[in-house]
Amino acid sequence: MLIKRTGDLKTSEITPEHLYLNRRDFIRGASAAGIGLASSLVFPDPARSDDRWPRGKRGPYDTDEEANTFKDITTYNNFYEFGVDKSDPAANSAGFQPKPWTVRIEGDVKKPATYNLEDFIKPYKLEDRIYRMRCVEGWSMVIPWRGFPLSDLLKKVEPTSRAKFVTFETVYRPGQMPGQKQRFLEWPYVEGLRMDEALNPLTLLAVGLYGKDLPNQNGAPLRLVTPWKYGFKGIKSIVKINFTDKEPRTTWNISAPGEYGFYSNVNPGVDHPRWSQKSERRIGEFFKRKTLMFNGYADQVASMYAGMDMRKNF
Amino acid sequence: MTRAQREIGVLKSAVFVLSLIPLALLLLKAANDELSANPIKDITEETGIWTLRFLVATLSITPLRKITGWQRFARFRRMVGLFAFFYGFLHFTTYVYLDQFFSFEEILRDVAKRPFITVGFTAFVLMIPLAVTSPNRIVKWMGGRRWQQLHRLVYLVALGGVFHYLWLVKADTSRPLRYGVVLSVLLLYRMWDFFKSRGVGSRVKV
Repeated sequence: MLIKRTGDLKTSEITPEHLYLNRRDFIRGASAAGIGLASSLVFPDPARSDDRWPRGKRGPYDTDEEANTFKDITTYNNFYEFGVDKSDPAANSAGFQPKPWTVRIEGDVKKPATYNLEDFIKPYKLEDRIYRMRCVEGWSMVIPWRGFPLSDLLKKVEPTSRAKFVTFETVYRPGQMPGQKQRFLEWPYVEGLRMDEALNPLTLLAVGLYGKDLPNQNGAPLRLVTPWKYGFKGIKSIVKINFTDKEPRTTWNISAPGEYGFYSNVNPGVDHPRWSQKSERRIGEFFKRKTLMFNGYADQVASMYAGMDMRKNF
Repeated sequence: MTRAQREIGVLKSAVFVLSLIPLALLLLKAANDELSANPIKDITEETGIWTLRFLVATLSITPLRKITGWQRFARFRRMVGLFAFFYGFLHFTTYVYLDQFFSFEEILRDVAKRPFITVGFTAFVLMIPLAVTSPNRIVKWMGGRRWQQLHRLVYLVALGGVFHYLWLVKADTSRPLRYGVVLSVLLLYRMWDFFKSRGVGSRVKV
């Protein structure tokens, strides 16, 4: 199912179907050639032909890579509040209520406030952004988000000069989020960004994907997207945004400080202590691909980390 | 053929077919596109978990035989053990072929650098001599005592399997720990059994 957006999409920008089907032809050809017996078994053809987000750059931050299917993006998730298996968020989040929703802005900020989600979003122009997403576990997707730059929010609420970091907090609702009844992570989930990271034009507060409202399993109704960082930095179902002068203690960092740093920038040169980060499997592909520094967003973000030891500040 | 032999034959066939069900289900799911968006990971995890389950099942047979007194349990041990090797082989092949696509340089680096792969790889390699020495003729040729000594490696293999699992999970260690607990119970039973039989023996001597 595709939301029609013919207004701002030139037909010339849509990849002709026969071109984007090439990869599948390749896999099929490879099977025929005998090297891909498994690939044809693992990627049966028809089910992958779900409608896809039209390919092509519309804005300067978009990737022109092919987006993953809506099905892939909404059935293969890490959202431990709903369970640790990738299928758990889709299976266990039906009872989650993303409406009504309030977001609180607090801390070192000139205009602290509590908003209804509708009022919170209203002032901003929503845009679609096609971003790569690299999970710390070694897989990746291409996702068409809908949202607005976090920097737009910051302009509006005006952090004070004391504010050096932004902290985000996920809702705590063990009744609706069965994973929160278990204690393998400290709840509620907390993530944070340095102020310059928060102001970076890539940083998005997302309210949708594939042109629709965010599904519960993807962090409804409001989540963070920082495409140059590992996926777990993209905190979901946000209820609190707090400005502080101290680096916040973030959930995965508390859980395993030696494995998940505060920055967690995608970096093929710094392995996870237990596995390599050199390569990744793009969901839907058979062969692994090389992981790119800052997930391919070095042009936009590398300058923020100039002179920083990325091994120490992983 | 006696009735008892026939019974064992039927039961063995049943266990054989049952043991293939996890693989059949996995293939069926793959063919119907019911695996997740990351099917290679699903196949890796499914074959891995069944390797561990069959290892635990293999190690349960002797305690079950001793506790129930039904001696024929022993007749299933080899088959169940070989299925552990079978699923371990599928797991290993999935890693080498689907996951790394025969990139031996990467594989060697993994084995050397990643503790969970080091221990998993070692456990798999240790299963090979156990599988190879499973035919009756080889047991006879080796002699029961030597054969048994060699096959004690299965304890290391199972421990390796549990640590392999434990060291790869991100936060929720409850599942690998469950296997750890079951394995500990099975090993403690053996220690208890060993000391009990020795204790009785020494008392008789005195």
